[in-house]
Amino acid sequence: MHKLVRRGAFWSVLLLWPMVALAATEEAPGRQLARQTVKNDAVKWITADHSQHPILKQRFEKPEDVTKACLSCHNQASLQIHKTIHWTWKDPSDPKGETGKGGLSVNNFCISVGSNEPRCTSCHIGYGWKDKNFDFTRAESVDCLVCHEQTGTYKKFPTKAGYPVTNATMFEGKTEFLPPDYNAVAQSVGRPGRNNCGTCHFYGGGGDGVKHGDLDSSMAMPNKQLDVHMGTDGQNFDCSRCHTTDAHNIAGRIYATPASADRKSLLENDLTPKIMCESCHGANPHKTNQKANDHTDKVACQSCHIPTFARVNPTKMRWDWSTAGDKGREVKKDEFGKPDYDAKKGDFVWGKNEVPHYEWFNGAIKGTTAKDVIDPSAPVRMSWPIGDAKDPNARIFPFKVHTGKTPYDKVRKTMVIPKLFGPKGSGAYWAEFDWNKAIAAGQEYNGLPYSGEYDFVETQYVFPITHMVAPKDQAVRCVECHAKAGRLSNLEGFYMPGRDSVGLLDMGGWALVGASLLGVALHGLGRFLSSVGRRRE
Amino acid sequence: MKAKKKIYLYTRFERFWHWVQSLLIFLLLLTGFEVHGTFTLFGFQKAVEYHNYLGLTWIILFIFIVFWVLTTGEWRQYIPTTKKLFEVIGYYSSGIFKGLPHPVQKSKEAKHNPLQRLTYLGLTAVLLTLQMGTGLLYWLYNDWAIWNLTFLDLRLLAIIHLACAFAILAFVIIHVYMTTTGHTLTSHIAAMFSGWEEVEEGEVADWEVQKKN
Ligand code: HEM
Repeated sequence: MHKLVRRGAFWSVLLLWPMVALAATEEAPGRQLARQTVKNDAVKWITADHSQHPILKQRFEKPEDVTKACLSCHNQASLQIHKTIHWTWKDPSDPKGETGKGGLSVNNFCISVGSNEPRCTSCHIGYGWKDKNFDFTRAESVDCLVCHEQTGTYKKFPTKAGYPVTNATMFEGKTEFLPPDYNAVAQSVGRPGRNNCGTCHFYGGGGDGVKHGDLDSSMAMPNKQLDVHMGTDGQNFDCSRCHTTDAHNIAGRIYATPASADRKSLLENDLTPKIMCESCHGANPHKTNQKANDHTDKVACQSCHIPTFARVNPTKMRWDWSTAGDKGREVKKDEFGKPDYDAKKGDFVWGKNEVPHYEWFNGAIKGTTAKDVIDPSAPVRMSWPIGDAKDPNARIFPFKVHTGKTPYDKVRKTMVIPKLFGPKGSGAYWAEFDWNKAIAAGQEYNGLPYSGEYDFVETQYVFPITHMVAPKDQAVRCVECHAKAGRLSNLEGFYMPGRDSVGLLDMGGWALVGASLLGVALHGLGRFLSSVGRRRE
Repeated sequence: MKAKKKIYLYTRFERFWHWVQSLLIFLLLLTGFEVHGTFTLFGFQKAVEYHNYLGLTWIILFIFIVFWVLTTGEWRQYIPTTKKLFEVIGYYSSGIFKGLPHPVQKSKEAKHNPLQRLTYLGLTAVLLTLQMGTGLLYWLYNDWAIWNLTFLDLRLLAIIHLACAFAILAFVIIHVYMTTTGHTLTSHIAAMFSGWEEVEEGEVADWEVQKKN
């Protein structure tokens, strides 16, 4: 009996010790930390009721008058706004001022702003940027309302350089735009909510979900399945809960400038912008002993926790300009009900539940301008993430890659800026359907040469995927990357178990194993046959 | 035919470590090759978790084994010798087919023939140690900076670990087969369970006996 007990105890210790370590059922520290951070539901207390300000009860003739009224109290606001990316649309890290949608940057959507302003600047937080003569220093040109009004009735007309309409107007025969009730709108102002940001950021590229892939109208009222942070049945975050603001500068990446210089948690610096996952979750968010904690120095949280993007609404994955112009072609609806073609724009491919493309990313994205020389023999990267395996600030990060066929100057080997929007006679492609005229007009407007010969080149444009964080049980499983043909099969510069091997070693190894098996089989057979032989004798 | 006798070859701890170690190595091979992507059984994540715990368990057991071998003086059983080595090789490559007796007798003091001595010494001192060493470093990958080990290269380490894994697998195949070459097909295996092995009567040469001092 004693012996049995002793043996039992011995074996239990031996076999069970790994379980002891595994059995710890704590809550993940990163979760706990973040829960505490947001525990005290921010009571948005204010000391001013805007509906009682006499100045907001005046008869407003034009939207600039509203801005003037705002500035009569908030006398620093326009000065702050004028310095922000939301106003300049230019990459502050580019001393030449050429990078940015307000500069000469190109993408593979509507390509570039210059010469198309009145259409594009309907998403500018200002009034009247209709051409390159726009005065960026004018205080009352700032549109306070689009970010701050809370009635949901204030709409900038799509082609009026940021202005709302003055009379009821139809857009493309589908949507009616009404002149705003400026008193109601101005008296409603508050901190920006999702719909304020979403007005532009859900519809980038001129339509719902065209650009981002992780930002579309489904993010106005998401559930937890779509976004654990913003889900109205969960944390119910506004955009500004993470995109914290400092003098109207909203935290987030700006072209080649990462969203945050470092990855500090609020415990390390209570004034750190809350823009990184680490800000609230720390650098070791998973339960103790979980291998995932060892990954946080190389793999971004987003890579595992956003298994696919565009999970509710589809997003545009490809835009082929080269087929545009066929006004007779029948337009079909794809499986998502989206048109596959537009004579003004060419062929489209939409996607839903898309698996991201992964790249090393240190938070900076560089882009091509219409001045850069390109190599048309390979897909031209209109934008691309910076970073590699050796960069300590880089993480493996998920991206939407939007591909396209986009016009370029065949002789000068640069991308071109076509004039797309404008009246007949201006050369605008959408009015005259003549690429040569459109490119010539656009290039001239932007002070750029054009050889007169164009063609279309394969292009790529990247969007970091960071919203639509899924519930933890849907996180990407280890084997989806640790596999021969997994999600990370394109990445280089590091060894990864399950994915990598040395072909020769595997071949040699299995040859050795095979030879051993064959050897013992033959040896055994030999013994058997010889023993049978001996017995006969 | 010669008379048979039973001798007590393997003490309880020896038998214990042998079977636990063999189980661990079997499971390490299984989980290791799943980690390598050769097949799917437990799923990658579980395979990694099991592999790590099994590996660490094995290292702890191995420390006890080495301690036992050193303190009991059993290490003398592993001193390599070339005496009769070629006779043993000759036996396995031809004598065995002719029904000749094994050229080296087993005894309590000499339980390994010269070929076994070489094999087990190489296995324990080189192959298994290398496998545990590379495995441990692999496991510590994320702490290399703390231990000033950043000069290491994960790819190279993985290559060594994998090459050793193949060698161990080949060893296991041959080793298991060799257990059938005893007095009867199962007498070697039975001995590793009971400790007692039935051998043919015979002289044990003096040189084979490791005298205790
Ligand atoms: C019989 C002994 C062992 C065998 C046959 C074996 C086999 C393998 C194999 C085939 C791999 C995959 C290598 C690759 O593709 O990169 C592997 C990975 C690994 N082994 Fe072992 N191994 C053994 C012992 C150990 C020991 C003692 C440890 C120490 C804890 C260890 C730790 C590891 C680790 C950490 C990995 C990488 C797993 C990961 O994080 O993905 N192994 N092993």
